[in-house]
Amino acid sequence: MLKYIFKRALQAIPLLFIISIICFTLIQLAPYDAVDAMTTPNMSKETIELIKARNGLDQPAYIQYLYWVKGILGGEWGYSIVTHESITKDLSVRIPNTILLVLPAYLLALFLSIILGLIAGANKGKWADKIIDGLSSFGIAIPSFWMAMILVFIFGYHLNIFPILGMHTIGNEDSFSDLLSHMVLPCTVLMLSFMPELVRYVRSSTIGQLSEDYVMVQQAYGAASSWILFQHVLRNVLLPIITIVGMSLPMLVTGAVVTETVFGWPGIGTYFVKAIQGFDYPVVMAIMLLSSSLVIIGNLASDLLYSIVDPRIKGMGE
Amino acid sequence: MAGKKNRRMQQLKKEIKRNKTAAIALIFLMLIMLVSIFAFLSPYPPDKVDVMNGLQGPSAKHWFGTDELGRDYLTRAIYGGRISLAVGILAMLISTCIGVLVGTISGYFGGKVDNFLMRTVDVISSIPWMILVTVVSIYLTPGLKAIVLVIGLFTWMSTARLVRAETLSIKEREYVLYAKSSGQSLKKVIWKHVIPAVFPTFIVASTVSIANAILMESALSFLGLGIQQPLSSWGSMLQTAQGNLANAPYMAILPGLLIVLTVYSFNKLGDLLRAVVEPKTSGK
Repeated sequence: MLKYIFKRALQAIPLLFIISIICFTLIQLAPYDAVDAMTTPNMSKETIELIKARNGLDQPAYIQYLYWVKGILGGEWGYSIVTHESITKDLSVRIPNTILLVLPAYLLALFLSIILGLIAGANKGKWADKIIDGLSSFGIAIPSFWMAMILVFIFGYHLNIFPILGMHTIGNEDSFSDLLSHMVLPCTVLMLSFMPELVRYVRSSTIGQLSEDYVMVQQAYGAASSWILFQHVLRNVLLPIITIVGMSLPMLVTGAVVTETVFGWPGIGTYFVKAIQGFDYPVVMAIMLLSSSLVIIGNLASDLLYSIVDPRIKGMGE
Repeated sequence: MAGKKNRRMQQLKKEIKRNKTAAIALIFLMLIMLVSIFAFLSPYPPDKVDVMNGLQGPSAKHWFGTDELGRDYLTRAIYGGRISLAVGILAMLISTCIGVLVGTISGYFGGKVDNFLMRTVDVISSIPWMILVTVVSIYLTPGLKAIVLVIGLFTWMSTARLVRAETLSIKEREYVLYAKSSGQSLKKVIWKHVIPAVFPTFIVASTVSIANAILMESALSFLGLGIQQPLSSWGSMLQTAQGNLANAPYMAILPGLLIVLTVYSFNKLGDLLRAVVEPKTSGK
């Protein structure tokens, strides 16, 4: 077991290393000088040289890379070239905002998808399945921003129930209910956009499980079909879901780029889009590094979790 | 070979008869392609500005109203469809070519080549697509060419994985082994024997990748990072529509519906082809 964990973790490290080199190279390729982020136009040439030397920017590229990696590991992610703010500080404000939006939406989507997927899978080919499966394949085709616009129009403009922009009403920053009402629409959009693929996944894995021998044995013993579904099938359907949940880890950061933009939610998504539009390379690369590291860590975590709950898998990765 | 193709065609016809949704999807796709090709038949030029008649709701003269500059909205949407479909199809061609090439080389040669190519696939796939595509696009001048390249160059990984797995089993088949031992050149073996055999696999993958490319393009254009004025796609039309949502909600309906129906139809077409290619899975 330990050997497997160790081996799997060793595979992830070179990936992280290569990604960091790619990010660093892209920053170097960018048409700007890293020192620009720390200086102002009216500094003297000597001062600029001094700052350069202090930050190691006069060194060859591979030494700069080592400095950069050391900084990242120590929580020093550099400075924005547009606002001159510390990226670490910006991220620490924005990541919780995005998590606040994505986490409840994802958990709700997961819960509803398991129920709907089980219903559809257990009634394969009947009307309940046709409706659920049909809606999911439509759902996959709907761009999340379009769904957001429709919800904004209906609930924001037409019925005027929910606010459509930002996180708080001005002057009402501490009110929890105000925050909650700002969350309703973006969370709904995210939930609906997460659901179709999850539903399809649960459905097909339910169908797969129902054709297994153990189900037939239970049926032969005369067990009620709902008992089989909840006592046996559900457990085996939930197992592979761990993999999906692990792989969704990066969504906590980048899962809501488009939705946040539509609703002006001050999270990572709007931060990223603004950085892209302003050619703010250090910020863009920081987010790229962060999100790809989360993908690698998420995949690693889901593999390890899965091998713990289902020991059969260990031999298969060989 | 000819007999096999005919059998596939028959299977396809049978499948279309059986699967009504797929048949409707197919008709819709043909219709939308025809409309895009014959877009110039519209009585309104797509760029004729008529500010006096801007933001008019649907009427007998303008079926889907006019946009903020008074241009006929249906005509705009048809021309936008040209762009969206072109991006989808061109990006698919690029990504399928790369995917098939990498997949066959990786599967056929195995060993170090396979290891190197598949680790490259791992690296590229570990960057979320939204981030990857936008990051690369800031190094290019935004526009039609950039978006086709960016989507095409960074979405081939799943095709490559599928084709590689398929090649692994095909290269052990007797006719490939025979072709190899009878002294045919490597290029010929891959071109004449391996690629035709993986054809069904990647044709299904490429249908779905058109759908994905259209969705990606619409999201990027919506964020203002894709198609730029004076060109417009369904995604960039929705970006404009967002600004006018309060006073002209009808502007959001048409492009959005067209995206949904087109993407849905391409996905259904993929399902249909998959059922023909792998009859075993059609029951699911």
